[in-house]
Order: sequence, then structure tokens, then C-alpha cells
Amino acid sequence: MSAMDNSILTLVTFIPMAGAILLLFLPRRDRDIRIFSLVVALLDFVLSVHLPVHLHRAVVGFQYEIDQPWIAHPNIHYHMGVDGISMWLVVLTAFLTPLCVLISWKSIHERVKEFFILLLVLETALIGVFMALDLFLFYFFWEATLIPMALLIGMYGHGRRVYAAVKFFLYTMIASVFMLAAILWLYAKTGSFDFTTIQAAIRSGQVENFAAAAPWLFLGFFLAFAVKVPLFPFHTWLPDAHVEAPTAGSVLLAGVLLKMGTYGMLRFNLGLFPEQSRSNAPWVIALALIGIVYGALVAMVQPNMKKLIAYSSISHLGFVVLGIFSFTPMGLDGATFVMLAHGVATGALFMLAGILYERRHTYEITDFGGLATPMPVYASFFLFIVLASVGLPLLNGFIGEFLVLSGAFGARPIYGVLAATGVIWSACYLLWMYQRVFFGKVKHTVNETLPDLDAREKATLWPAAVAALVMGIAPLIWLDSIDPAVQYALAPFTQLASKVVGQ
Amino acid sequence: MNPISDMPQSLPQAADYIRILPEIVLSIFGMIIMLLDPVMDERRSQKTLGGIALVGSLAALAATLYQTQFPGLGFWNMVQVDSFSVFFHFLVAAVTVAVILSSYEYMEVQEIRAGEYYGLLLFGAVGMSLMSSAVELVLIFIALEISSISTYILAGFRRRAAISSESSVKYFLLGSFATAFFLYGVAMMFGATGSTNIAAIAGVLRAGQAPVLAYVAVALMFVGLGFKVAAAPFHIWTPDVYEGAPSPVVGFMSTAPKAAVFAVLLRIMFEIHAPGRIWLIWVVAALSMTLGNIAALVQDNIKRLLAYSSIAHAGYTLVAFAELPGDGVPAVMFYSASYSAMNLGAFAVISHFASVGERYVTLEDYSGLGRRSPLLAAVLTLFLLSLIGIPITGGFFAKFYVFAAALQANLVGLVIVGAINSAVAAYYYLRIIVVMYMREPRTDAPIAPIPAGLGSALAITLLATIYLGVLPGRILDYASRSAAELLR
Repeated sequence: MSAMDNSILTLVTFIPMAGAILLLFLPRRDRDIRIFSLVVALLDFVLSVHLPVHLHRAVVGFQYEIDQPWIAHPNIHYHMGVDGISMWLVVLTAFLTPLCVLISWKSIHERVKEFFILLLVLETALIGVFMALDLFLFYFFWEATLIPMALLIGMYGHGRRVYAAVKFFLYTMIASVFMLAAILWLYAKTGSFDFTTIQAAIRSGQVENFAAAAPWLFLGFFLAFAVKVPLFPFHTWLPDAHVEAPTAGSVLLAGVLLKMGTYGMLRFNLGLFPEQSRSNAPWVIALALIGIVYGALVAMVQPNMKKLIAYSSISHLGFVVLGIFSFTPMGLDGATFVMLAHGVATGALFMLAGILYERRHTYEITDFGGLATPMPVYASFFLFIVLASVGLPLLNGFIGEFLVLSGAFGARPIYGVLAATGVIWSACYLLWMYQRVFFGKVKHTVNETLPDLDAREKATLWPAAVAALVMGIAPLIWLDSIDPAVQYALAPFTQLASKVVGQ
Repeated sequence: MNPISDMPQSLPQAADYIRILPEIVLSIFGMIIMLLDPVMDERRSQKTLGGIALVGSLAALAATLYQTQFPGLGFWNMVQVDSFSVFFHFLVAAVTVAVILSSYEYMEVQEIRAGEYYGLLLFGAVGMSLMSSAVELVLIFIALEISSISTYILAGFRRRAAISSESSVKYFLLGSFATAFFLYGVAMMFGATGSTNIAAIAGVLRAGQAPVLAYVAVALMFVGLGFKVAAAPFHIWTPDVYEGAPSPVVGFMSTAPKAAVFAVLLRIMFEIHAPGRIWLIWVVAALSMTLGNIAALVQDNIKRLLAYSSIAHAGYTLVAFAELPGDGVPAVMFYSASYSAMNLGAFAVISHFASVGERYVTLEDYSGLGRRSPLLAAVLTLFLLSLIGIPITGGFFAKFYVFAAALQANLVGLVIVGAINSAVAAYYYLRIIVVMYMREPRTDAPIAPIPAGLGSALAITLLATIYLGVLPGRILDYASRSAAELLR
């Protein structure tokens, strides 16, 4: 272990925070502030790439771990670590943030300094969520994402932004109180917030009263995560938050924040309560399937482009939950891959919608039509990302959804059949939207003179498009490190399964 | 057991004076200010007197540090210097420093003649300091009166505002009524146990069955003290008084006297093993939290809102009293410290923003503050987050320790009430943040830049709030040690 390996997680987490603090002292020259934020975000991305490059694929469990006592009473440690799953989510966050800086270059022209401070603080909190292995630390980062995100929506959003921000805040805050209660219960019984310690204590049956409390603890964690995902019927905050949020906010919201929920289910619900996960799986899967179909059907009738993409997220995240609760290696591999692919593709879709909004100040689909004529480059990018999102083979959406569906078939064929309809629906709503916006004659004369992408916008979209392609062609780069982590996470389930078979 | 015959017939020793050294220092500086005030030029006096008061309270801090080398009883067992009293002395002196700093420019802006203002602050601090080291009920009563009388006058210091005089009179009338209850309780306790010395009372009460009179005495003393900390159902005065009093004074009287009264309560409740305290505390804590938070939900005046919030916070603090002193005492001490830091800070911001005549104190006035003064808004946001109890602020660990202490004692019901209350409370604090950041400003009138004195007060309280939230260990260790000393 080199010194770099010991401190890399701290660096990746706190460099954006340090950048935000420095920004506080920079003079209010908007251009400098933008460039500075971009440099910080890019630096962080470069550092985050260290993680997959130097990961030891043969080692199971967490890597680059750092475990320092922080507060003696209560017993809180600064315990960070990543495995093949969380590592890629960290990279995804660090990948999307510089793009968010670029996409906000012109659209944010008021209170610029505050905007980038909030964005960088948000990045620190998001990365911290995926790295924290101390439940208290996890809870802290989890809550810490809430404030900058709510402020981004409330300060820089559109129309009903205050309503959306408050709704977002209250939904997630109230739900996470239940998680806090579960965490405190575990602390009271084990005297530790440490994830691995608690996991070991649970597996060896040393936690008193665990059998009676476990269903409630499972629910406490699950509720907090389900609201974040969002799983049907806890999804109503999402469309509001997305429609009102500024573009960068939407990108991080869909790209990363929602994954906090699915990541939490994978790490904590499955990791700490395998038996309860299994016994609760039927209704969780039912909700996931409802989410897949419902999200897709509602997306189809949306007149607002951003709302359409928001509902498509509900549908896609349903796939992730389905994959996780199928308890098959394929399902979990696929779920993780969908998280990443959805982050890239939906992030890019929101950026594309934002680019259009900058020109026309509307998201209504009927305000457009025939845009392929004035904006050919834009139209090509849009098509490429739509196809990636739909799940065209050789692009990133396909791999994840295919794996999830195979996993779901493995668990129970009916799950696979129902979920597969979601793939068809997504092709319908996205392609139909594409047709209405880009094909045919230009319907509104204002649209005839819309400028095509400029260099900055292309620079924002190219990385996302390349990532979508590479993930589709060479998914093994990712699955190679995801799979060992998934196998490790599923170890208690194979034991459980053999117990069931043995009966 | 006649207390008068207990007194040795000798004069006090030098060591006795060291045991009240901070009080002596504060009194001397207070008197210097009173003497200088009439002979000084009115226009120049404000800054000079403020400076003297600042030096005085810093000297009291130093005296407290010096005192730590001489623990023990003094003045015929009337005062006791231990790490418990040192903790509260330090807290009161630190609060005084911050209040003086935040009043430094406020008085000029409000066009109030400073004069005895600073003297009263110091005299008030004398009373509060003495409350935490006194171990004799009559001395506690005297200290309580010194502190109260100063705050009655301070509350009415915006002489030209009718609302301020109303505040002062209301506080005075109800406050003297409440101290009478306390005194009555002291008399009853003397009747029940034959002593007013806390150690002697404890000896009698632990020896045998507590007489009914002792229960009555504890209840009466609790009424008096409950009034001072604004615990429900003795809280009715709080919103009116806080609304009318000058903002820095509200910052002062919502923190230092409360901390001192909590110190007295800790001594009485835990050292005496006050009979029947559990149900008493349970009811009052639950009531304070619930009434305070519910009423705060509908407030439009920010000072009234924080007044109700302070009622709720008194309730949270009381939760730790209900059982097990080993966890409860340090929890109360930690809560007092972190509440002092965050509430003082919040009122410092309010006092600056209120401007001449405290005009801008409604929630509407705070619209768009994030745009008009990003720094002021950001600082206030941090204090509000701490009042909510968000992690890595002092407010989080304060709540954590209090609820943990109650959980250790299996008071699950009270903890649930507290947890629900914390969730409700988040709403009204967030309302302020939402208004500041997400509403358009109503005027573009510039806000005066933050002056030096207020800036340093904000820096001190901000650092304290974050320090208690990031590294609570050292303060808690100290508090645990002094709790062990107290309960020995």
C-alpha cells in the first residue's frame, strides 16, 4: 500500500470541499470562478481514476481503506473504503461534476459564486456517501447532500422552485429519520457505528433482540432509500424537483443522487439484513415492477421534455431495484451497471434538454418540431443518447438492462417478462419524443434560426457520448471489478438459498 | 444545625477570596464603568466603556483559569470551586465577551446611551457566576436575584420603544413572582431538613424517608427555576420579553442565565437526590418541547420564533435531568455550551440586520437576505442548522447526548416525544433559510457592512458551534469529569 492508496479516498472526497472554501475568498469575477471550479472538478476526476486503475481485483472486501477514530463518545470512526461497486459510483460522480460546471457556464449568470460553491460541496457529500463505512459518517454525508441540492433547486430553479425544493427536502429528510433511528438502535446494541463490525456482529448472532427488531430495522433503512430511488409510491417529489431544478442540478439529481438510494439498498439492506431482504423481496420487486411500467406509461404522455426524462428515471431505477432484489449475480451486476449507464445517459439527456432551454426558455415538446434542420449536430447527439438510453445493443443501456432481465428471469420468469415490457415502453416514449421534437418541418418560425452547438456545448456532450459507447462496447472494464464485489455481497444469500433448498 | 452557629469566628482567608475571584473581578470592572459613566463625554463614552467591559470579562476568564488551581470550599462552605463551577464560570464569561462584542456597534446604531448598560452586563455575569459555584440555598437565591435584576433592566434598554418597556415590566413582575416561589421553597427545605446547605440537606434526605415537606420544597424551587429557564408551563413571558428587549440582550438572557440556572438545577436535583423529580421533569420537558415547537411554527416575528424555540430547547435540556446523573450531568453541560454558542450567534446576526429601532425583525424582512448579504445569510444558516441539530454542528451532539442519557435510563417515551419534536422544529428553522435564499428581496437597500465587534462575536460563536460539532470529545470529557466530582 503506497501513501497514495492510503489517502486517495480522503483526497477525492474533500478536494471539491477545499475548492469550495477557496471559492469563498475569490473575488466575484464570474469567469474566474467558473474556470476555477472546472479545474477543481477536473482534478478530482483525474484523482478518482486512480481508484479503478490501482484496484486489486483479486482482493475481496473494501480497498483503500482508512479507519481513524474521530470521536470517542459516541464511538465514531472516520472509516472510508470502496469496493468494486461503490468505486464506480465515485468515478461517475467525479465524471459528471465537471460536465455540470461546463453546462452551467452561461445559464447561471446570477449569484455565480454561490452556485459553484454549492455544486462543489454537493460533490463532496455525494462522494462521501459512497465511501463511508461508518454508519454515522454515512448518515452525515447522506444528510449533507440534502442542503446544497435543495438550495440549488430553490435558488436557481424555474417557476415553482421553492415548492419543489421544500418538497424534496421534507420527503427525504423525514424518510431518513427512520434510518437514523435504525442506526442508533444498532449502535445501542453493538456499541459501534462501523459497518463491518456491525455486519460481523449480526452474522455471528451477537446482537441481542436482533430477530425481533430486524424487520423494523430493515424497513427503517429501506424507507429512507426507497424515497431517494424513488420507488413507487414514494416518487412524487421527483418530477417536481427535476422540472424546477437548474440543468446541473437535474444532472446530479438523476445521475448520482438517485443512486444513493439503490446503493444504500445494496450495501445496507442486503449487507446487514439478508434474511429480511429475502423475505421482503416479493413486495419490493412488485413495487419495482410497478415503477418500471408506471414510470414508462406516465413518461409517454408528458408534454414537458424534462418531466418525461424524470419519469423515465423512475422506470430505469425500477430495473436497478429489480436487479438488486433478484439476489442473482447477474441481477446485481446488471443493477450496478444500470446505475452507471443511467447516470451517463440520463445526465446527458438533461444536459441536452438544458441546452435547448437556454435557447428557447421552454421544455414543452409542442414548442419544438423539425429541429433537425436548424440544429443537425445537436440532433445527432440527442439521437445517440436516446438510443443509449433506450438500450440499443453496443451502447451502455443495453448491457445493464440485459443483465438485470437475465437475473430476473433466473429468479422468477414472470419478473423478467413484466420488466421486459419496460424496455419496449422506453423505446416508445423516447423515440416518440425524438420524432416530435426533431423530425418534420420546423413548426415555429422562432426555431428556424436556433444556433447549433457551440464548442463548449460539444465539449460537454462528447465525454458523455464517448462514455456511453465505450461502456457498451467494452463493459468488461467495469464488470471485471463489479462482479467480485457482487459475489462477495451475495455470499450470505447462497448460504440462505442452500438452507431453503435443504428443507 | 443552626447555620449561624456553624460559622467559625475567624475572618475570611485569602484562599476564600480566590474562590470568588471571577466575581470580584467582574464587580470591580462593573463599578469602574458606573463611576466613569457620569464623568465621560457622552459621545465618546460608548466605545471606551465597552472596551473596559470587554477587558473586565476577559479578566474574569483569566481569573477562572487561575481558580482551577485552588479547588475546594470557601466562605464557611458557602461557595465551592470545582471543575463543575469552573465550566459554568467559563461559559458565562465567554458569553459575556461575545455579548459585549456584539453590542459594541449595536448601541450606537440604536442611539442608546451605553452608560450603565455594560455595567449591568457585568453585574449580571457576577450573579450568574455565583449561582454556579454557590452550594448554599440562600446564597443561590441572592445570586439569582443579582442576575435577574440586571436582566430586568437590560430588557428595557431601548428606552424609546414602548415594547421594550413592556418587556421589562412584564419580565420584572413575573420574574419576582417566580423568585418568591424559589425563596418559599428554600424556606420549606430548611423546615424539612434544618439546613440550607446543599451537602447537609443531601445528608439528611439520604439518611431516611424524605418528609412530605421536602417534596413541596423541591416543587416550589423548581417553579422558580423553571421560570428562569423558560420551561413550560412557566414560559408565558418569554415571547413578549424577547420581542421587546434589545437583540444582544436577548442573546445574553437566553443563554448565560439559563446555563447558570441549569447549573443550580443540577446541584439541587442530583446532589440532593431531589425526591419525586422524575415525573416532574418528564412532564415539564415534554410540555416545553411540544408547546415551544408548535407555537414556533406559526410565528412571523423572528425574535418571537426564537423565543419559542428557546422554550423548546429548555425542554430538550430537561430531558437529560430525568435519570442517571452519570450521563445526564455532562449532557446538560454540553447542551448549555452549544446552545449558548448557536443562539448567541443567531441573535448577533439578528441584532445587526434589525438596524435602527429594530425595524427589520419579521420573516418577510429576511426575504432575499442571501442575495443582499451572502455572508450574513450563510452565517445565520449555519446557526439555524445547528439549532435543528444537523451533524457536525454543536446542536447535533447536544441533542445526541441528551437523548442518549434518557435512553440509558430507559425513558423511551420521552425520547420519542423529543425526536418527533426535533423533526417538527426543523420546519420552522428551514422556513427562515428558505425565505433568505429562495425569495426575492423586497428592497435593494444595502445592508451595513459587518463591523469589527460584531464580526468577532460572530467568529467566536461560529467557531464554537463548529468545534463542538466536529470535536465534541474534549468538552464532553471535561464535563464527565466534573460530573463525577459533583456526584462524589
